[in-house]
Amino acid sequence: MDMYREELLEHWRNPLNFGIIADATLIVDQVNPLCGDQVTFYFKIENGKVKKVKFTGNGCAISIASASLLSENIKNKKISVLSRITGEDVLRLIGGSVAPARLKCAFLALEVIRKING
Amino acid sequence: MKDIRSDFPILGRKIHRKPLIYLDSAATSQKPKQVLDAMDEYYELHNANVHRGIHTLSVEATEAYEGARKKVADFVRVKDAAEIIFVRNATEAINLVAYSWGRLNINRGDEIVVTIAEHHSNFVPWQQLVVENGATLKIVPVTKNGELDQIAFRKALTKKTKLVAFFHVSNVLGTINDVGRLSLVVRRLAPNAKILVDGAQAVPHMPVDISKLGCDFYVFTGHKMLGPTGIGVLWGRRELLESMPPFMFGGEMISKVSLEKTTWNELPWKFEAGTPNISGVIGLGVAVDYLLKIGMDKVREHDIELTTYATNKLSKVDGVTIYGPSDVKKRGGVVAFNVGSVHAHDVASILDGEGVAIRSGHHCAQPLMDFLNITSCARASFYVYNTKDEVDSLVVGVLKVKEVFKIK
Repeated sequence: MDMYREELLEHWRNPLNFGIIADATLIVDQVNPLCGDQVTFYFKIENGKVKKVKFTGNGCAISIASASLLSENIKNKKISVLSRITGEDVLRLIGGSVAPARLKCAFLALEVIRKING
Repeated sequence: MKDIRSDFPILGRKIHRKPLIYLDSAATSQKPKQVLDAMDEYYELHNANVHRGIHTLSVEATEAYEGARKKVADFVRVKDAAEIIFVRNATEAINLVAYSWGRLNINRGDEIVVTIAEHHSNFVPWQQLVVENGATLKIVPVTKNGELDQIAFRKALTKKTKLVAFFHVSNVLGTINDVGRLSLVVRRLAPNAKILVDGAQAVPHMPVDISKLGCDFYVFTGHKMLGPTGIGVLWGRRELLESMPPFMFGGEMISKVSLEKTTWNELPWKFEAGTPNISGVIGLGVAVDYLLKIGMDKVREHDIELTTYATNKLSKVDGVTIYGPSDVKKRGGVVAFNVGSVHAHDVASILDGEGVAIRSGHHCAQPLMDFLNITSCARASFYVYNTKDEVDSLVVGVLKVKEVFKIK
């Protein structure tokens, strides 16, 4: 399965930005109703920018790796540009083909980002 | 059993260039050619609406439709075929009872008893009913071994209990409930309660004699027993069904309609508003014929053989956790498991790459997942067309999961 490249599995084993932010200014929960997987993202937003981001949750390798990569990607970005992140961007970040049935997993963290401006 | 595989055209498919190994029959079974042909034949030669026409096709369609009802009734040993109500699926059957009987008979102060291992279809309708009317929902746990906690079950039953709803065979743990014995316990400790049994995973896999179970309602679905999707069955005791208001209104279910009032048709049609799933019912009838030809005792034996083989093999793989009763005599043809800390979806994806189709996730049983302290699990389930070789492929796939995820 080329879905499970070693880099991706490394993010599953040791996800970046895993944990909580005690003084978060924004907390967003997201559930994948298909599988019950759940992530919670903690943001510290200062001057319209993502100063800090961390996440916790249960999920498969795809959703955890995607949360790891996406959280790293949005650091120091302006809130106003986050809505421009597309599903294709996320797939590019995780760097491989994802089976259609697993797109929901890959986009779990993106759904969180989508909630920020909304 | 091997010679029946050619009856299932889909089993010849390749998935990712590998032969399909279908181990997800607890979600839906595959359909033999006989069932598919019968449905085609209905549309090609007999298609007409049932119960209304005088013309030949309508008579033929009605005969086929009502003939299938008789077959289904005989299959589960129900003498009065009018007690067999055709619905879309087991979920609709339970909702029919919840809306029609439940809303008439369950009030604030009453109690409903279910188990923690119910499929959402036998949990959410009752949860929503008590949210609406202030009744109490009591939830009986299972033991560590995955069997119903008999002591807690007895404790939950009181004179206030109006309904006890539980599974015959668990779709996750595979646990088989001794329905006859549980019914006796209910009658003794909860004399005012009716009993509803979810037989969705039982009727396809073992001989079921509803007349010996002692329950009041029993539900199952066609698509898990070699039949098509969109056709399910509610069985209820005649006197109960007669006392219940219709669930849906419209054509077919009426006796006489005037501007001021309408009287209801007799059973079973009172509960079959609108044009029914005629081809589905015909397909289900042929699925019943097919299962009877194999013999339900044989079907059960085959399940036991494959489940024994699979649990033996999987339990020898380090890192694999198997859920449910260890005694295969007490479980149906499902094996739920996890591989180390690998998420079930990842297990299923890697197995899919090997052509092996299993189910992964919460299996519509989130309360049970919480109880087991897991978020999801993988589930292999077997049916008449599966073989030991296919179980071997499952095990090879599980080893591949360990290799990809570097699990020791």
